[in-house]
Amino acid sequence: MAGLGVARAVGFVAPALLLVGVFLVFPALWTLYIGVTDYQLTGPAAAAPSAVGLDNFAAVLDDALFTNSLWLTALFVLGSAVVGQNALGFALAWLLRRVRPWLRRTTEGLVLLAWILPGPVVAYLWFAVLSRDGGTLGLLLDDPTTAWLVQYPMVSLVVFNVWRGTAFSMLLYTSALAAVPPSQLETARLVGANGWQAVRDVVFPHIRGHVLTNTLLISLWTANDFTPFLLTAGGPNHESEVLPVLIYRQALEGGRLGYASAMSSLLLVGNLVVALVYLRLLRRRA
Amino acid sequence: MGRTTAFVLVAVGVLVTGCLGGTTVEDPARNADAKDVTLTIVANAVSGGKNARGADWIANWVIPRFTEAQKAKGVTMAVRFEQSGTADEAFKTKVALDFKTGGGGDVVELDGIWLGEFAQAGQVKPLDDVVGKADVDAWDGWKQIPEAVQGLGRFEGKRYGVPMGTDGRVLYYNKKLFAQAGLPADWQPRSWDELLSAAAALKALPGVTPLQLNAGTAMGEATSMQGVLPALVGTGKPVHEDGKWQGATSGVKDVLGLYQRIYRDGLGDPVLQQEANGRDRSFRLFAEDKIGILLEGDYFWRSVVEPKNGVAKMADRDAAVGWALMPAQRPGAGVGGQDFVSMSGGGVRVVNPNSRFPKQAWEFMRFLNSAEAVKASLAGTAQITQRGDVNDEVLAGDPMLSFVADKVLPITRYRPGLADYPKVSAALQQATADVVAGKSPDDAAKAYQDALVKAVGEGSVATG
Repeated sequence: MAGLGVARAVGFVAPALLLVGVFLVFPALWTLYIGVTDYQLTGPAAAAPSAVGLDNFAAVLDDALFTNSLWLTALFVLGSAVVGQNALGFALAWLLRRVRPWLRRTTEGLVLLAWILPGPVVAYLWFAVLSRDGGTLGLLLDDPTTAWLVQYPMVSLVVFNVWRGTAFSMLLYTSALAAVPPSQLETARLVGANGWQAVRDVVFPHIRGHVLTNTLLISLWTANDFTPFLLTAGGPNHESEVLPVLIYRQALEGGRLGYASAMSSLLLVGNLVVALVYLRLLRRRA
Repeated sequence: MGRTTAFVLVAVGVLVTGCLGGTTVEDPARNADAKDVTLTIVANAVSGGKNARGADWIANWVIPRFTEAQKAKGVTMAVRFEQSGTADEAFKTKVALDFKTGGGGDVVELDGIWLGEFAQAGQVKPLDDVVGKADVDAWDGWKQIPEAVQGLGRFEGKRYGVPMGTDGRVLYYNKKLFAQAGLPADWQPRSWDELLSAAAALKALPGVTPLQLNAGTAMGEATSMQGVLPALVGTGKPVHEDGKWQGATSGVKDVLGLYQRIYRDGLGDPVLQQEANGRDRSFRLFAEDKIGILLEGDYFWRSVVEPKNGVAKMADRDAAVGWALMPAQRPGAGVGGQDFVSMSGGGVRVVNPNSRFPKQAWEFMRFLNSAEAVKASLAGTAQITQRGDVNDEVLAGDPMLSFVADKVLPITRYRPGLADYPKVSAALQQATADVVAGKSPDDAAKAYQDALVKAVGEGSVATG
């Protein structure tokens, strides 16, 4: 704090701390508090909730819907973020290095568009594509009987989220690839390395940190993403009920605020664990 | 670090002193003499969409006239109308959150079946407490509302709101499709078997779904009201009797067996029951002559296939749509030994206990429920309203609604207005979803029983 003084330093940090406190720390603690009560949206327990200790947490861990949801969330994160967005984002960044600028900018623009459009808008568009009521996909395949969102809900969500979120990975990898010294790639080419070998042995060591950061961020975003609710509402029969959707439905449709808060706390812990593992990996690299 | 610790301590302090829930009763006479009043009415109705007629009535008839009448009394009245056009469950969530945070409209339209929950949560209170007993008793409209209908606005013997009329459920069938399949135009099945054999005959028509019985969780309460519950009273017992909910009883298993026969034998479209907007789709398909038989409330006749303003208009409704009573499983096997059964519900308007102007809100309620206003709400169409005097006048012109008033209301049943009901209803919906998705009725009944015991406690569940 050389030259600033404690008072002024506090002055600078205070607004940020206040915001973090009000919008982050307080809600998290509030969630923990509600999680140990039987608080409900309506009914007697809404007027006079009572503390139930860790009963909610025990019930959540014993709930088949929660286990189902945990598995679906893992599938969603792994399929659409860790594999899908990562691979497609890197592939786009890698392939677009050498193409003509107009083609690169157009492609990047389209990919970005998918990312910046508001959730309800893209959900509506995808609904129109996947519906069996004259949906675009049905017309293209000449198959008007398949209700994609009902018959293949998780596949639909994974494909959707890859489309939706690839832009971030693409941008991050584009700038990361710019940091790979061209001379090394040239050397690799001269000693006869093929494309895959060059990526693995020359590019990857340079961008390892970026891969980890990217994977961490997109995993967390995907695990907490609520857009699936707009597409399938968790249905049919809980087949696409990822954790945020399950929590929403338990809290607001089922009215079980305490129970859903316990689930939220567990999701929070899950996020922390994932973040810690990634940070560990990053540190080991350094 | 010191600062962070301090912050956490402050936050914990707030937590410890903060309390969840808790409500107080305020003075009903507050702001009674205000000259400048703003009231808000909240309804799940939207101009050009859901319940459009009700929305247009509030916006174009009620508000101008009420404001005018108040102006004559020297009160500057502004009435805001907060419209919604969403699924009933989503609307309920919105209203519950409104009430919970001390907000919400001054007059709110609810489904009568939610009243128990809201009352137990203290989110709505007896009218006597909110606006004062003398004022409530003084209203001359009460004597026009039949006793059974008044029950919709009561909880544990206390009046919480004014009902908005009632309804009944029947089987609608498409006479054009019936003619093609060689079925009679004046059809009336007398048992589930006769219902299914008519559906089997319709199966021969290409591109037609013979029979759609609401199922699954995506449709929410519609599955219970237009599916499980009418079927269940057809087995002889209502869902709640002698203080107990029906668990995996033979009746529940029979109902799930009926679902199995419909959806596993290709008589109904199981995918439609799982889609996010399946009910709207079933309306549209019926209007497009693609569904043969559909169990629905009189709402379907009034607001869905209605030729002018319906959400799925049928220009030839009067000629093409037939209706029949829902049969019991076998003749005489229905609840109370009946041959035919139905379920009824209805809306209710309440005054928000948090209203700044409870007296004025009650005045607005009386205006909304006056004979003149109720008649205007029909806009020349017919509906079973809360008021006997209006019904006598308007139902005569509509054969379908006279049928409901004369033939359905005497045999119908209402849902138990208990706070546990939504949980039981949700468990029943899940059981039908399981059957539609391929589980056997026995397995689905077993899972239902487990869910029910978890939700309401073993002592409140009847078996066998």
